[in-house]
Amino acid sequence: MDHVAQLLILTLAAGTPLVFAALGELVTEKSGVLNLGVEGMMLVGAVVAFIVAATTKSPWLGVLAGMIAGAALSLVFAFVALTLQANQVASGLALSLFGIGLSAFIGLEYVSVVIEPIKPLVVPGLTDLPVIGAMLFGHSPLVYLSLVLFGLIQWFLFHSRAGLILRAVGESPQSAHAIGYPVLRIRYLAVMFGGACAGVGGAYLSLVYNPSWTEGMTAGRGWIALALVVFATWKPWRVLAGAYLFGGVTLAQFQAQGMGVDIPSQYLSMLPYIATILVLAFISRDATTIKLNAPASLGKSFHPYR
Amino acid sequence: MRFHLEPRPEPSRLAGWLSPLVATIAVLGIGFVLFSAMGKNPWHALYVFFIEPVDTLYDVGELLLKASPIMLCAVGLAIGYRANVWNIGAEGQLIMGAIFGGGVALAFHDSASPLVLPLMLVAGLLGGMAWAAIPAFLRTRFNANEILVSLMLVYVASFILSLLVHDAWRDPEGFNFPQSKMFTDVALLPNMVAETRLNVGFLLALAAVALGWVFMRKSLVGYQMRVAGLAPAAANYAGISARRTVWLGMLIGGGCAGLAGVGEVAGPIGQLLPVVSPGYGFAAIIVAFVGRLHPVGIFFASLLMSLLYLGGEAAQMQLALPSSVTGLFQGTLLFFLLAADVFINFRLRVTYPAVIAAKAV
Repeated sequence: MDHVAQLLILTLAAGTPLVFAALGELVTEKSGVLNLGVEGMMLVGAVVAFIVAATTKSPWLGVLAGMIAGAALSLVFAFVALTLQANQVASGLALSLFGIGLSAFIGLEYVSVVIEPIKPLVVPGLTDLPVIGAMLFGHSPLVYLSLVLFGLIQWFLFHSRAGLILRAVGESPQSAHAIGYPVLRIRYLAVMFGGACAGVGGAYLSLVYNPSWTEGMTAGRGWIALALVVFATWKPWRVLAGAYLFGGVTLAQFQAQGMGVDIPSQYLSMLPYIATILVLAFISRDATTIKLNAPASLGKSFHPYR
Repeated sequence: MRFHLEPRPEPSRLAGWLSPLVATIAVLGIGFVLFSAMGKNPWHALYVFFIEPVDTLYDVGELLLKASPIMLCAVGLAIGYRANVWNIGAEGQLIMGAIFGGGVALAFHDSASPLVLPLMLVAGLLGGMAWAAIPAFLRTRFNANEILVSLMLVYVASFILSLLVHDAWRDPEGFNFPQSKMFTDVALLPNMVAETRLNVGFLLALAAVALGWVFMRKSLVGYQMRVAGLAPAAANYAGISARRTVWLGMLIGGGCAGLAGVGEVAGPIGQLLPVVSPGYGFAAIIVAFVGRLHPVGIFFASLLMSLLYLGGEAAQMQLALPSSVTGLFQGTLLFFLLAADVFINFRLRVTYPAVIAAKAV
């Protein structure tokens, strides 16, 4: 039973950065904007969070800084793709490439710095409970935060008026504009929310999951998060399920090594990427499902005078 | 005073060709600010970054040598992008090309036949195409997004290469380093200009530029692909197969990237290493856009990109600046380009509030 608890904790830990990044991107995409820059925003979030945590000795300030950095970076994308109406695919790619370069550049002097990581939660009396104690109360505070975020997004999108407007903008910006909603402003906010979430996802990586900074430490998680949104057919609860599924796949690597299976590590390292490809193909095979679930204006520029 | 973006009746061709220049100048400006902020003399730093790397014959050779793989990848990608086929995994296709081509070189390590090199090039071409065929197949058969699939395959390809050089293809006399045997002379691209490292791979890249131009501008299939990119509905109505467009866009991009991969291992590297490219496949995406998805533009844009790589190395050695400044400049370049592109379809209109306008009269 202890082993199961351990596995559950590790799965949640590995899935959480994906939960943050993919939920943020989900909200962005619901407003009709496709931001392919998640990888870049996560990396910049990770490095800024790490630098701030290392300088101020406060990991929580680091998380905050990572969040702000992700949102700030997403503004660059928003300006180019929304205000200047550049191609969203190209702008998102630019954001990823820019973020990879920027994070490597500013993080250079912090590569071997050691910081005080964010510790797992300990609730006196509860965490020590047999069997369920560690399972329910032994995770990093950020894991709980990601679950709260999930609940909030679920409520916001499907049970609040603002969420309805956001979805309307994503389905038909022309109609939303005609009724009088500020399409561009709503999209700006959605993009920034996505950036902030990606930033926190990155901060989780550099402060909790693997407390350190190395160039390109997200290792494609930003891209996997993008795939997760498609996999989830734009439904938050499926993002959550998908993220933990992928978290589990990443664990196979450690599990196999732990059990003494003699297989070159590269095979296991490939697994998450291959799993992403297979799952993506499986989910997308029915074009109608995707078409029905994807926001109708996803990836298309909007100009009020056109 | 207020600014408006007003749609132009016709896209401006002039703005289209000017925006790469604007973007380049803007990157120089950013460099100036960045170098000053880091306490360097900005003029000297810019000189070291952009002029000094190309002030001797040897250096020009290096510039063209580095530009070759970028050019190859970008020409192939641009053909796909024109048709709305978003292959962003050229880096993985390049690695696969290096594996296939390098595999041939190692298999015929004892041979002195002049056929080894052509065989390597064909193998690399096929390797890149095979790797690109996966996203093409998944896209046409399962509707899977080619952006994500091709990108995921970059990671898979690099793990396969790592696996090979750590194990099956490791040089037994290599002191346990993860690297293959050095290729023999028949497996290396011949040198082109004495006293430089420039090899005939550059000619290969030039040929790709020329062929790319002929294909896009003079062939029916190229025309159909451009139509498919500009107006998918019209293309569909005209009976242009969307499936074929995806396959062609992917395979051409993959093939070119595969050739670039062989060019690297049969050129400046001369063996298989765990890392065979410093991100040429990703840089090529930027080059394709900066070159306006046009082979001639791509030729010049890849020289610029190559200069960014060389400048980064020079800045690291002479100014103790981190070489990652290259990546920063690459991303900035693309952003400025996309921003400047707004003037292709829009013009800026300045309007004055009525009061001020009345006073002016």
